[in-house]
Amino acid sequence: METIANSVFDSEEQQHAAIQRLSYAFELQRRDFLKALGGGVLVCLAVKNAVTQESGHTQHAASDEDLPNSIAAWLHVSEDGTVTVFTGKVEIGQNIRTSLSQQVAEELRVPLASVQLTMADTELTPFDMGTFGSRTTPIMGRQLRTVAMAARNLLIDMAAQQLHADRNTLVAADGKIRDPKSNHTISYGELTKGQQLTRVIGEDPPETAASDWHAAGASAPKVDARAFVTGQHKYTPDLVRPGMLYGKVLRPAAFHASLGSLDSSEAEKIAGVKVVRDGEFVGVVAPDEHTATKALQALRAKWNSPPQIGDSQLFEHLKSKSEPSSGEHNLHVTGDVQKAMAAAHKAITKSYTVAYIAHCPLEPRAAVAEWSGDKLTVWTGTQRPFGVQEELASAFRIPKETIRVIVPDTGAAYGGKHMGDAAVEAARLAKSAGKPVKLVWTREEEFTWAYFRPAGVIEVNAATGSDGKITAWEFHNYNSGPAGIGTPYDIPNQHIQFHPADSPLRQGSYRGLAATANHFVRESAMDELAHEAGVDPLEFRLRNLTDPRLRAVLEAAAKKLGWGKEKSSGSRGFGIAGGVEKGGYVATCAEVEISPSREVRITRVVEAFECGAIVNPGGLRNQIEGSIVQAIGGALFEAIRFDNGRILNPHFAQYRVPRFSDTPEIEVEMLDRKDLPSAGAGETPIVGLAPAVGNAIFAATGIRLRSLPMIPEGLPQAHPAEA
Amino acid sequence: MAIPLLVNGTEHRVDAPSGEALLTVLRDRLGLTGTKYGCGEGQCGACTVLLDGKPVRSCRLALGTASQKKITTIEGLAQGEHLHPVQETFLRAEAFQCAYCTSGMIMSAVALLDKNPHPSSQEIIRHMDGNICRCGTYPRILAAIRDAALRNR
Repeated sequence: METIANSVFDSEEQQHAAIQRLSYAFELQRRDFLKALGGGVLVCLAVKNAVTQESGHTQHAASDEDLPNSIAAWLHVSEDGTVTVFTGKVEIGQNIRTSLSQQVAEELRVPLASVQLTMADTELTPFDMGTFGSRTTPIMGRQLRTVAMAARNLLIDMAAQQLHADRNTLVAADGKIRDPKSNHTISYGELTKGQQLTRVIGEDPPETAASDWHAAGASAPKVDARAFVTGQHKYTPDLVRPGMLYGKVLRPAAFHASLGSLDSSEAEKIAGVKVVRDGEFVGVVAPDEHTATKALQALRAKWNSPPQIGDSQLFEHLKSKSEPSSGEHNLHVTGDVQKAMAAAHKAITKSYTVAYIAHCPLEPRAAVAEWSGDKLTVWTGTQRPFGVQEELASAFRIPKETIRVIVPDTGAAYGGKHMGDAAVEAARLAKSAGKPVKLVWTREEEFTWAYFRPAGVIEVNAATGSDGKITAWEFHNYNSGPAGIGTPYDIPNQHIQFHPADSPLRQGSYRGLAATANHFVRESAMDELAHEAGVDPLEFRLRNLTDPRLRAVLEAAAKKLGWGKEKSSGSRGFGIAGGVEKGGYVATCAEVEISPSREVRITRVVEAFECGAIVNPGGLRNQIEGSIVQAIGGALFEAIRFDNGRILNPHFAQYRVPRFSDTPEIEVEMLDRKDLPSAGAGETPIVGLAPAVGNAIFAATGIRLRSLPMIPEGLPQAHPAEA
Repeated sequence: MAIPLLVNGTEHRVDAPSGEALLTVLRDRLGLTGTKYGCGEGQCGACTVLLDGKPVRSCRLALGTASQKKITTIEGLAQGEHLHPVQETFLRAEAFQCAYCTSGMIMSAVALLDKNPHPSSQEIIRHMDGNICRCGTYPRILAAIRDAALRNR
């Protein structure tokens, strides 16, 4: 299904952003870099196309004539042996600063501590489309290993010359090259002294097999971890620039509202305050946050708001305002579903819904903007520094070459920081203020003016034969998205379709995208089919599944849980769910307790995950555990409430996120497939929790919950009306 | 009129309105940015500091109220290079991902262990429930606090 999903269904970029590839005048940059870096060895990786480079295996030694204009990464070994790697990826808590460093250390044969990553700075790092889609490990990780390997080979060549030795006998380890014959060693730093060597390489596969990894493949502590436990790390909201002012933006009273009138006289009376108005954009700057807030509150604005629908009409709206499918786009059909449904032994026809939810990164969207003449520098927490650079260029009608976007390691994003709203706003305020401006969104702004995970309606019709094999699978997703929409089960007749719709709220990427919604529906419906067929849910899945990797995680999770050892009862239920997405295979088992007062508590979660060769087991485990905890919110209680262009619950007191007391016992089983390429793992571990919990609740109570969140107001007393 | 403020053992005089939140005083006027803004509503715990040893949400506390009291922030925990035991156990458990919540988590945990050196798991959960980690590292944070409590024995 993966190949189908990749070809027929919209990719993440198509869905949420039409991001154009930038082209680079590489020669100029290379010269700039050598100047900035001083002596040493610089290795650059050239790729044909940064989006689809999986197939590129160029063997040529690039000459200046055939230099491609896409450089994906570069690595510098300095005269003191320091290794600096430049990548446009951002660190947002997924721990890639560490896992990428490990991979460089592995192929370059240097201690982890000598590797430094310069990340996400449009002036220093190569273009990168963005940090999303679980692509860092499979693509950037592989590219950095290739660059590091090339650097090592270059250093070995240099050593062979200096030591007058046969390069094939030389051994690189621990930042040094040793000639076993003479026992001479020479460090990388010594080798690069007085050199200014540049090499451009193509995409050869990395040399070191995962089974031979030392630096990679083992847990490594988070790079700079000490700075985080001592409060020393500077996130964007912590930055200070000379003369910096504090900004606030006046938000409309409702979505799509237009500004009728503005009285800013009271605000302007406050010492040090400047009011900035540009069309519909209104903001204030002040010498401190407290004064800026007071000034914002002193603005008197009248807004004209058009009537808008509320959440009670949402699902009806999404279905009625959906687009008809256009040809084969967003559609996958095999066999004849109608015929198979008509011949069903057992069949289900069900409708599921998914609410909008908010990302709630604890670090709100924030930016510090500084103009210096025509040059603009913005520090901001974003997943797409080069995309934000383009947004700024477009907003201020200036060439993007005059804009520098820098992303400090950021307080999370979860797919929510693709856009540069805070950057554009801070830059607009700074332009009028004539001074650097810091803008940090309030939590209420976060809950209101960011974008949401798409809501959706998902309909499924499915049938089984008398042998408990699935014969028909029809699946329609309205608005929530096409990610993970396929089925990994062996079903001869399928009709799978994504229907884009008019979303009343601004929506966009969210960790795992629609794979969470599509897995919830598919794996719940699998449970419904198993129940109809009278087959154990695990046995039913395995009966309809040949994919060995998915079978392996299902069996591993079931074994660790002790599936089938204890039967579900009225007070305790067990559920299972599995899936494949973005190269990761996941199976989740959940155990829920239903108290006599009908409170639902997830008491235990067992998750098996496989994503090829594991780069950093400790970091991977952290991602899996975190995904499970985060998934609890969307599964049980998180939902954005809205009416008439206003968010009704824009505070943590009203929008419940998982807390310590919601956290179950979590057991993680990681299957390390050293024979397979590493896939990303920041997203897919999130998709199995909701259906596993829903299935467990059903096993305990007989109540099938078909909406995410499942129990925002507690467990329903009676069985919800069949859809 | 400058307001006196005792932070991490240092006496400051702050030229700010007494109604200003302690959080922005610490961050913007004293440069102590380890304490974070997460919600401004006392709901997430990212801004937790100790006031005379008790955990408080500095986003909801006025400068005037905090004056004359002993304030401890994340920057005041380590003794030179020597980390506080709770910082050590957070490091050891890798009890963070993006780590934006970490300062508040550590300050809340320090307050708990100062008052109750051997808390039960239920007591830890109850005490920490006002601190949000959106990355979901709660199991690791619990492990780190339990580990720190063991060192109290």
